Amino acid sequence: HLFIHSISIFQAVLIILHLSPFGSLLFSPFSSHLSSSSPIPHRERESFDSESLLSPFPQISSSGGISAMDRSPKRRSISPDDATRFPDEVLERVLALLDSPKDRSAVSLVCRDWYSAESWSRRHVFIGNCYSVSPEIVARRFPRIRSVTLKGKPRFSDFNLVPDNWGADVHSWLLVFASEYPFLEELRLKRMRVTDESLEFLALNFPNFRALSLLSCDGFSTGGLASVATHCKNLTELDIQENGIDDFGGEWLSCFPDNFNTLEVLNFSHLNTDVNPDVLERLVSRCRSLKVLKVNRSISLDCLQRLLVSAPQLTELGAGSFSQELTPRQHADLEHAFGLCKNLSVLTGLWEATAMNLSAVYPACSRLSFLNLSYTALQSQELASLLPHCPCLRRLWVLDSVGDKGLEAVGANCPSLEEIRVFPADPFDEDMINAVTESGIVAVSQGCPKLHYILYFCRQMTNAAVATVVRNCPDFTHFRLCIMNPGQPDHTTNQPMDEAFGSVVKTCKKLQRLSVSGLLTDLTFKYIGKYAKNMETLSVAFAGSSDLGMQYVMEGCSKLRKLEIRDCPFGNAALLSGLEKYESMRSLWMSACNVTMNGCRVLAREMPRLNVEVMKEEGSDDCKADKVYVYRTVAGPRRDAPPSVLTVSSL
Amino acid sequence: MEGGVAYENGLNFKATELTLGLPGSGETEGQGGVRNNNKRPMPTPETNEEESQAHKAADRGSTAPAAKMLCRAQIVGWPPIRSYRKNSLQAKNSEGEASGMYVKVSMDGAPYLRKIDLKVYRDYPELLKALEAMFKFAAGVYSEREGYKGSEYVPTYEDKDGDWMLVGDVPWDMFMSSCKRLRIMKGSEARGLGCGV
Repeated sequence: HLFIHSISIFQAVLIILHLSPFGSLLFSPFSSHLSSSSPIPHRERESFDSESLLSPFPQISSSGGISAMDRSPKRRSISPDDATRFPDEVLERVLALLDSPKDRSAVSLVCRDWYSAESWSRRHVFIGNCYSVSPEIVARRFPRIRSVTLKGKPRFSDFNLVPDNWGADVHSWLLVFASEYPFLEELRLKRMRVTDESLEFLALNFPNFRALSLLSCDGFSTGGLASVATHCKNLTELDIQENGIDDFGGEWLSCFPDNFNTLEVLNFSHLNTDVNPDVLERLVSRCRSLKVLKVNRSISLDCLQRLLVSAPQLTELGAGSFSQELTPRQHADLEHAFGLCKNLSVLTGLWEATAMNLSAVYPACSRLSFLNLSYTALQSQELASLLPHCPCLRRLWVLDSVGDKGLEAVGANCPSLEEIRVFPADPFDEDMINAVTESGIVAVSQGCPKLHYILYFCRQMTNAAVATVVRNCPDFTHFRLCIMNPGQPDHTTNQPMDEAFGSVVKTCKKLQRLSVSGLLTDLTFKYIGKYAKNMETLSVAFAGSSDLGMQYVMEGCSKLRKLEIRDCPFGNAALLSGLEKYESMRSLWMSACNVTMNGCRVLAREMPRLNVEVMKEEGSDDCKADKVYVYRTVAGPRRDAPPSVLTVSSL
Repeated sequence: MEGGVAYENGLNFKATELTLGLPGSGETEGQGGVRNNNKRPMPTPETNEEESQAHKAADRGSTAPAAKMLCRAQIVGWPPIRSYRKNSLQAKNSEGEASGMYVKVSMDGAPYLRKIDLKVYRDYPELLKALEAMFKFAAGVYSEREGYKGSEYVPTYEDKDGDWMLVGDVPWDMFMSSCKRLRIMKGSEARGLGCGV
């Protein structure tokens, strides 16, 4: 009987092979997806879960999208009449081996049974915009989730462009999860509002909870962390990064019970106050599986030395303050401790590291793949001394204090480099002698042909330099250039920087993310629209000449998902040129442009499945739409918007 | 303005002329005390359109017209650096000096402020001795419980959270990295801080 089923499914599969590209997935080597223990980097997990949530049958029905969503995946048992049907349970077992969201989305489109089986076997869901869907819809769509990633505020909230009380509160999600996903294990939040009450609720209502990651969140205090430490008996991961939180002291760390020992990841590097070093040392020594430890600045080098001796198995280390003056004995001890760490692939922290102290880390650098020096203003010579110790470096973050000379050292010593980020040490100092210029970035590109990710803050750039960089490194996937003076032209020719970004999009066929700056006319956007066919994210500030600029992008960039624009002369015509596009994007942000309330109303009227939100500034003109945030949603207009955020309807 | 020194009747009027510039800066036009290598070039005729757009933006009350040279710190959210990163930069001294950690020191009742380099001192006793010498006062004896006893003057500092703290309470390294400025308090105000609260 089963044999007949197998034949049938084989025949069915052959048919599928002919009909859709999905068929090749079944026979492609997806052994890389089979192992559920190999984590998919979160960056890759994006987009496809959202596709799945919002529109399961996009090709089949255009108007039926939402009603398709409401249909709960049903369980069906084998009946004799379904001779050709593949048993759900077996199908589920097979599909459970799929990790990639791309594959899963494709699977759910094959037919109703596959849709159902995929839904039941899905364990992780990624929601790129918390307002695009409601927790109830998610729970209906995927009944057996164990791990949730949820993102909230628009990215420009990182730069204070979004009011504090904007929303993205996680609590309503937790309430639904408590009843629908009581076995939830992992929660990763980015730019969400999280209160202490929510953290306590989380800690008390999910007995299997293991991993909490909060990135750029706000609204909680160390009190909330104390609840998590106290109640989450099986916690393996506590990752608190870059959050705006109230720091009431380090007692939260002492809330881990004495017999608690399951921690694998602990990151509290951006908390400001002291934790008790003894408590930390005892915690680290009893958590034998600890792999990632990132401490804050209050942890002295003495304490760090003891931590390393006790946990040489670390793969990722965030050191604390690195400016303490050490005696030769202390230095030797520290160097020895670093030498014990044979598995270190990531090193960060190192606040205000002096050259002397930095030499203590050399013994741990031989396998280092990611080095983050962006918390210390190193000079070029100090960087040049450090880099030869890191032959395997693939990612490097530095401050521009290293200068062009430091970047030359990067080019000379890091042949495997794939990513470089250069942050400004003094972003508001206009008189500063140029720390890094176009020469620096060219030097890196000459020595590092594998470069595919760049974030570069500078005060001057030329079209020729950028063209040289992309000629040396044509594989860029992320090209983010920030010339810090708004609207600054090529400093040697006085021309706009159009040709620079033109060369980027023409040469880098794999480009996924682009941030532009400098003096730019509509020509830049014409290039982008024409050539940037794989670009998914575009950030624009102080650029463009007219509505045409944005129109070029909306019409040409077929894979665009996120567009954020500030201080550009784009008006209603530009906004409306993207009418057809916004439903296939995650979101659009436009602030300090020329969009009016009327333009927003037209958009809202034409596209009812978009939320068109306007944030009004105090004292601004009534018809101006100062900040516009547009996103697709199946959850309707949001009900938790503060008074300053208007959801525009067509009225 | 003519270059060179003009001597008339043996008097060097130029040398004794009162100006606001630095000595020697009168000779060449446009050369201030700080050599500014990254002056933005003037907008060219082709950029007039951007400029008029930029002026329109300025008229609308936007703080960031494209071609005008505004103090960067006035533009909200620009350059696009996340706040945790800005905060960790500000903890260092903001004078732009590569070495030296200069903080202002004020004393209640003194007519002007002083500036000291914290990096010069190894610990609290050295710092206090220097302050006492600079302002001619005696700080009293420090104890963790009771603060500074035996003196009307209490050394305090403002930390990076904006709070006023008693000098000596936190480890020296932490004080170095969090001290933004010092204030020597006097009298009744001082007593509040010394109460072990």
